Amino acid sequence: MRQLEELVAESPTFAALAPAHLTTIVGCAVNQHAAAGEMLFREGTPADRFFLIREGRIALEIDAPGRGPLTIETLQAGDVVGWSWLFEPYRWHLDGRAVSSTGLVAFDGACLRAKCEADHELGYALMQRFAECLIERLEATQLQLTDVYGHPRVA
Amino acid sequence: MVPALFTLVAKRQDTLDTWTLELEPRSGARLAFAPGQFTMLSAFGTGEVPISISGGADGPLTHTVRAVGLATQAICDAQEGDVLTVRGPFGRPWPVEELAGADVVIVAGGIGLAPLRPAILAVLADRERYGRVALLYGGRSPDQLLFGDDLRSWADLGIDVSVTVDSAGPEWLGHVGVVPRLVHRAAIAGARAGALLCGPEIMMRFTVAALAERDILAERVYASMERNMQCGIGHCGHCQLGPTLVCRDGPVYRWSELEPWLQIREL
Repeated sequence: MRQLEELVAESPTFAALAPAHLTTIVGCAVNQHAAAGEMLFREGTPADRFFLIREGRIALEIDAPGRGPLTIETLQAGDVVGWSWLFEPYRWHLDGRAVSSTGLVAFDGACLRAKCEADHELGYALMQRFAECLIERLEATQLQLTDVYGHPRVA
Repeated sequence: MVPALFTLVAKRQDTLDTWTLELEPRSGARLAFAPGQFTMLSAFGTGEVPISISGGADGPLTHTVRAVGLATQAICDAQEGDVLTVRGPFGRPWPVEELAGADVVIVAGGIGLAPLRPAILAVLADRERYGRVALLYGGRSPDQLLFGDDLRSWADLGIDVSVTVDSAGPEWLGHVGVVPRLVHRAAIAGARAGALLCGPEIMMRFTVAALAERDILAERVYASMERNMQCGIGHCGHCQLGPTLVCRDGPVYRWSELEPWLQIREL
């Protein structure tokens, strides 16, 4: 468990978390491995976990009828995957697939929500971090939506 | 300022609408240029367009052109043996020498990799004079990425190459996402690093913000700008940007010079 705590503490998202809070969230975490191509979660299914990527890469995909899966974004070592565990109805909004052999730390959503209810300081600390993640991803999505490469640049 | 005649000696299709052309001067006199400079290129009868030089100092004059209008389509349609006209080179180049001794992060978006290619080749020709060098390159989709062979060889030659696309299918095993997100992970030391940027202006704005978070200040960031360049020699005024003319004072600017003008909409 000590090793897991160190791994989580090294991630940019949880680096500045208070030691006691770190110990608490790691109490809801386990190591997990995904083989290349393995689906970690599917859109609409219960989001009972989130992940911290230790190594490898996860693709967030949306299935487009007639076009197959489209990759919206890839996440890599140090990134957090998933916030649906934190908000009702606790269901994944996208598919998640391991692009390569991927090492993860998986956090139990229900376990963490219960601990956040019991300790609002922990809840606030986690909410701050997930809000930051959401803002980063939202900004990236806004930039993607501008389709900047669609307008030619003379070179 | 009289156009010189160049013969198209080789042509390669890079993407559906983008071609790389190699030109040799009919006079035999090679065009001396610095990385980042451009020429006014023309196929007869369709007008001139500013096109950045995309090749190295040795060998034929190389341009990478995206067919987006009459003039660029005519250039891309030219066949080996055809004659094109060239004026130049023009403009302020990349500060490749100034960055010697520092880490360098090169950020390209779309066809913006073409104007940066001579700078990359210059750094590689003198690799030991630079610290860590990272190339962050973004495109719309995998089939629109330029210089695939170069990207692989540059990685072998000591450049940390990261490529990302805005969207892709499951067959793409690389990054999907926007270029500024790559900045956070680039292996560079902020305080002593410099950055070279070329791509859509929106992408560059967001990239500069991400570079600032890595402690790379606007004074150490250089960007190649695009405006409506027509004469190439600072006379016609079409390419005015603030108090400057991009053809003469650019296309490469220090970001701290540019920043005040970019905050004025429609400028």
